[in-house]
Amino acid sequence: MSSLSTTSSRYRQRKMVDRIMTGIAYACTAVAILPLTWIIIYVVIKGLGAWDLNFFTALPQSFGDGGGVRNGIVGTLVIVGLATLIGVPVGVMAGIYLAEYGNNRLGYVIRFMADTMTGIPSIVVGLFAFGLVVGITGGFSALAGAFALAVLMIPVITRTTEEIIRLVPGSIREASLGLGVSRWKTIMRVVVPTALSGIVTGVLLAVARVAGETAPLILTIFGTNFPLSSNLVNAPYTTLSLQIYQLGKAPSPDVVEVAWGAAMLLVIIVVGTSILARLIFKGQNVSGR
Amino acid sequence: MSFFKELRRGHRSDTIFAGVALLFGLSILALMIGIIAELWQESLAARQEFGLSFLWSTEYNPGQDLYGALPFIYGTLVTAFISILIAGPIGVGIAAFLVEIAPDRVNRMVGFIVELLAAVPSIVYGLWGFFALAPFMRDYVVPPLQSVLGWTPLFKGTFPGPTVFTASIVLSIMILPTVAAVSRDVIRAVPRDQREGMLALGATRWEMFRGAVLPYAASGVLGAVILGLGRAAGETMAVTFIIGNKPHIFSSLFDQGATLASQIAGQFPEAGGISLSFLVELGLVLFVITIIINITARLIVSLVSKTPKGGIRA
Amino acid sequence: MTQRPTNEPEPRREEAPRRSSGIHDTEPVVTVENLDMYYGSFKALQNVSMNIKRNRITALIGPSGCGKSTFIRSINRMHEIVPGARVEGKILLDGEDIYGDDVDPVRVRRKVGMVFQKPNPFPTMTIYDNVIAGIKLGRKRKKDELDGIVEKSLRQAALWDEVKNKLKDSGTSLSGGQQQRLCIARTLAIEPEVILMDEPASALDPISTQKIEDAMDELKELYTVVIVTHNMQQAARISDFTGFFYIENMGDPGRLWEFDETEKMFSNPDRSETEDYVTGRFG
Repeated sequence: MSSLSTTSSRYRQRKMVDRIMTGIAYACTAVAILPLTWIIIYVVIKGLGAWDLNFFTALPQSFGDGGGVRNGIVGTLVIVGLATLIGVPVGVMAGIYLAEYGNNRLGYVIRFMADTMTGIPSIVVGLFAFGLVVGITGGFSALAGAFALAVLMIPVITRTTEEIIRLVPGSIREASLGLGVSRWKTIMRVVVPTALSGIVTGVLLAVARVAGETAPLILTIFGTNFPLSSNLVNAPYTTLSLQIYQLGKAPSPDVVEVAWGAAMLLVIIVVGTSILARLIFKGQNVSGR
Repeated sequence: MSFFKELRRGHRSDTIFAGVALLFGLSILALMIGIIAELWQESLAARQEFGLSFLWSTEYNPGQDLYGALPFIYGTLVTAFISILIAGPIGVGIAAFLVEIAPDRVNRMVGFIVELLAAVPSIVYGLWGFFALAPFMRDYVVPPLQSVLGWTPLFKGTFPGPTVFTASIVLSIMILPTVAAVSRDVIRAVPRDQREGMLALGATRWEMFRGAVLPYAASGVLGAVILGLGRAAGETMAVTFIIGNKPHIFSSLFDQGATLASQIAGQFPEAGGISLSFLVELGLVLFVITIIINITARLIVSLVSKTPKGGIRA
Repeated sequence: MTQRPTNEPEPRREEAPRRSSGIHDTEPVVTVENLDMYYGSFKALQNVSMNIKRNRITALIGPSGCGKSTFIRSINRMHEIVPGARVEGKILLDGEDIYGDDVDPVRVRRKVGMVFQKPNPFPTMTIYDNVIAGIKLGRKRKKDELDGIVEKSLRQAALWDEVKNKLKDSGTSLSGGQQQRLCIARTLAIEPEVILMDEPASALDPISTQKIEDAMDELKELYTVVIVTHNMQQAARISDFTGFFYIENMGDPGRLWEFDETEKMFSNPDRSETEDYVTGRFG
């Protein structure tokens, strides 16, 4: 039998292949890191220059110096806020249904539908909201946009809520039921509060996802450079993401610069929300350990 | 126990609550049905006008009211396939790195970076792709590529910058997190005793991965790749910004083109009447394509992973 | 309780020989010298030393958590899969320290094979491919050679007759006992010098266990076997030497409490803890 230290050419070849494949794995990871670094750096470089007081307070212009993104900031807050108001109750309750009552065939179907819905392109959801809401109200509106974003949020919130509620230990439920508390109170007063940080995390992640959306908003709020109307039901609206798109297409570099400034702001908002979501989840552990 | 049997027992408040929960659960179904119904309804005019043949008609001339969908279906499928050709292997490579090679700290850092990639909004990718990547490709990547492969039909012609090629590359970056994350979960789920069995025979780490891990995880990884394909097909803003909006059946990647999503987003502000109905019809086609891709992927993945019946999240 | 030994080792061996030749007739193939094992800062094994003799079966017994499995994994460096696991001391295989500076675990595992507690055939491979899974890593061989190896290994594992007509079936289409014998065949195919078995029959029914024990008796002719087992009757039945692992208090590192010929270990061991264990006074 050969000793442990002599090497055959076959062995050397195998070791070489192992080293090469390991190197390829490293390379793949580098390929992921490079574009992200490039994008972040580029956005910051191009966007920082646009940030001044005017940028944050003025209305956008498709000409001249491009104006500012006050509309966009307010619009994003309003529409995302409205979407959250619509989407969270529906999503969380649907998640509660699946977790507590959904271990049957109907639950299977609903779960499957929810997962499939997370794969529907946002532009298609935009068409849906356009046909439904704009069709009813007769014009573009913040409500239509919020509705589209809510439809995007609901499946995601439903599934994260379901999974986090399932993690709540049975012993907690049994303790509550054993004390004579009714089932629904057990769910709402004991289980959900225990799972709350996880649910909030899921909501924040959904918010982060839709805050950056543009496509469905093109079809539902249409965009505007005028001051935002207080009419949320029948007047065009705008958001940061939409402004980036519309200003970015402009031929004038000064206008495009505003688009970059807005892009940097949007990235900060979206990434910040994602990070916040992860931090909240890390802070608390649902299984109580 | 049957849900409805449970409804009949117990306190009335419990019954009411369960009913309310059920209602919200059903709302998911309602939304899904609503989307399908709405798309079907709004595309009625166009469907009546052009019939089924619009699916393979390449005549696209709005001025003369000629609308064929093939250039857009073609654009969607080609860009999606090229992007998954790039992102598929790289995504699996990242997943293999994370599960088999990386120590804890590196694992968390890389995982974080991949999540950041997923968080960047689509329109920002569009801006970056158009203003940063496209010129870079034109000046540094395409010339050498063209000198080697310029004779092939795939890489013919002058490269303006924003092209099918650039759009596909940006797409591949965007779907990389999806492929990597799902693959990672699938690879991690391969039981330890499979790995040990292979190692005990004197295998190197790569041999263990190739011989024991990959075959076991194969269907799950395939599902991850198909999921990525679905996401690429549905991408709108980045593609709209970069692909050049030229509806035709292109043969060279250096050419410009259009996809279903880019057409809807790009033409919507001007559309009305029949042209609007046509856009909705395009949306219906896109919906069907992505639904088919997604259901296929989830069915394949759910055969391997362990989650409650019916659900896989990506 | 058996009688106290006399001072006559010779007659004892003649009285009740259980092996046809003296079990001390061979030299050690594995020598463990002062082995400590650590998982991070936790010490799992303390100062283990033993000789594993060639072509003999050495059993390792002891209560749960005393380091038997941990120890056996150090012989083919399998513990290194866990990050932070390390050893101090030496293990000599044919005179070479397997923990030497230049030694690659990959090569050690080629010479020291392992069969696990739970059968783990590769589900995506046929029975045939499972057997040659390790062989395929090495130099290329012709089909006839592979066919021969498959048959030989399956015969040695006492599985050939049961599967010879369905070699193309999936590895997991077999019963638990058959799967374990398939895993044994897989290990035999690479012709290791030592075969480690970590409770190979504990997940199996008595009939499968019997078949495996029968196979092990024949394996001894060609291989050296080290087996961890919870089943003391099994250890007494099949092994030539036995090592007893023990810890006095929770959290202590595992230690080799006593090591001797199996006959002696089970009839009149030197240490009282060994005797308590083999007579079933504690589990």
